[in-house]
Amino acid sequence: MTTTITSPSATADSKDSRPPKQAKRRGQRPIGGFVGSTALWIYAIAALIPLLLMVANSFRSTSSLYSDPLGAPWPLNFDSYGRAWTEGHFGEYFTNSLLVTVGAVTLSTTVSTMAAYALARTRSRFFTILESVFISGLMLPIHLAILPIFYLLDGFGLVDSRFGLMLVYAASGVPFSIFVLTTFFRQLPPELEEAARIDGANSWQMFVRIMVPMVRPAVATVVVFRFVPIWNDFLFPLVLLRSRENYTVPVGLTTFFGEYSTDWSSLFAGLVIATVPLIVLFLVATKQIVAGLTAGMSK
Amino acid sequence: MSRRSGLLFVAPALLLFGVFVLYPMGSALSYAFFSWQGTTRGGFVGLENFTALFTQEPFTTQLPRAFGHNIAFFLGTMVIQNTLGLGIAVLLHKRGRTRRMLQTLYAMPYLVSPIVIGYLWTLLLSPTFGPVNALLRQVGLESLALPWLGDPTTALWVVVLVSAWQWVGFPVLLYGAALGGVPEELSEAARVDGATHWQTFRSIVFPLLVPAIGTVSILTFIFAMEAFALPYAFGGSTGNPAGATDFISLLFYRTAFENGSANAIGSSSAIAALLFVVIFGGAVVATRVLRRHQDRVAA
Repeated sequence: MTTTITSPSATADSKDSRPPKQAKRRGQRPIGGFVGSTALWIYAIAALIPLLLMVANSFRSTSSLYSDPLGAPWPLNFDSYGRAWTEGHFGEYFTNSLLVTVGAVTLSTTVSTMAAYALARTRSRFFTILESVFISGLMLPIHLAILPIFYLLDGFGLVDSRFGLMLVYAASGVPFSIFVLTTFFRQLPPELEEAARIDGANSWQMFVRIMVPMVRPAVATVVVFRFVPIWNDFLFPLVLLRSRENYTVPVGLTTFFGEYSTDWSSLFAGLVIATVPLIVLFLVATKQIVAGLTAGMSK
Repeated sequence: MSRRSGLLFVAPALLLFGVFVLYPMGSALSYAFFSWQGTTRGGFVGLENFTALFTQEPFTTQLPRAFGHNIAFFLGTMVIQNTLGLGIAVLLHKRGRTRRMLQTLYAMPYLVSPIVIGYLWTLLLSPTFGPVNALLRQVGLESLALPWLGDPTTALWVVVLVSAWQWVGFPVLLYGAALGGVPEELSEAARVDGATHWQTFRSIVFPLLVPAIGTVSILTFIFAMEAFALPYAFGGSTGNPAGATDFISLLFYRTAFENGSANAIGSSSAIAALLFVVIFGGAVVATRVLRRHQDRVAA
């Protein structure tokens, strides 16, 4: 974390001092020099400006947005957040999203960690086949199964239920979680368990007391990586939820954009509310995100 | 670990995955081969639902149009990722501390939900108070201050560009990791022989990047074929204006849930099955081509 987000002064420093000086080794010199680094910073601004505008405009009133589209967000105006949160029902949507996402991530990570441990520590044809069945799920476009999922939940009486939605998300996260965690468990030396077994621990005790603490970094990656797509998912709640009090944020947004289409500043506030948990997650877990995105790519 | 306790560890994940992923995926395909009366399944009709997609309205106009948009979306994203994305990755290479910082900044837009991104850009591009057009007017480009999303000729390209903007940080990360895997000695040797940066890149670095480019292409293809939330935010489920932002997934959604025809399940499942074949087939063919290329490089 701390190594990734460097202070602005430190980065400005390295930007200016690097290229003109003769680098120690020829191969260490970045391509493009000063021009290149200017271009990179310009693109960084382009990448972030729309998001910054989203935040800035949420602090302005609709009338000032209308009269001066390029104006500054000063003085800060928090009214839009109040309207979005209570009248716009974002308070409910936000709680629902949080419940569903946290529940799904917890459930799928728990069952996947258990399964991954067994798959990593057994050597039989049966378990090899089982593992490839799980992994094949990585390639299944689960959204295309929305109709059968709808009727399945209907059969359980779980349509328009946050719990039903949570179960679907938990299941859809199993392949990825097992994929990452199995790889991790395999890297742990079996001596750890042999020692514990001599001390009289059974499989479950060994798993909980010794193995789970060892794979904590992998669990963190899995949690972060499942949180984002579930929080952001739109099709499942659109189809599986019917009443407003169950809506998650993405479906709530579509209703909100229909009903408040002229209250621009509240629309911006709604978008910010939908994004805040991801920003928080991002700040807390940048390392996991970057590591997970390049997993299997770096040598 | 014994087989028995292994099974106990795997059971919860298998149950969840089997019930909510494998079973619905399997039945999704089977739905397409039956005729449906509302939610009751009629007789087996073989490929009838599929032939209807190519002989009956509205599918004969909407399916090819939507598919064309998916392809345009794929190609547009590919062009941007492999020029801008690759360019940024090359410029970032060997930049040490700034590289991490910039990669993190580029990664931020793609954590945000596509539905939020879509709504954000409809606000930013609004003809009445959108800062984009206001800025264009300010700098004297009055003629470019167009109703970007209201015009069928520009709306699709807005969707493509916005999506490319959101995702460009991902190829930057993958290409960055791949560049890190190119042996330093190779490009060093070329430069000693008097090759320019561009020559070194074209004849040495680029061929070694092909596997990464292939991976990015496959992921982009799957992503482009499944596009749903972003176009939904821009043009609703009908792909406004005038179907200009219609995509296969939107057509599937409309057919399944907004169509009202008796055989809605049959037709929409046929669309889903077709899309599944395209995604899976495309990914398999691409993987095969890629592997052949790698064999040739290794030989």
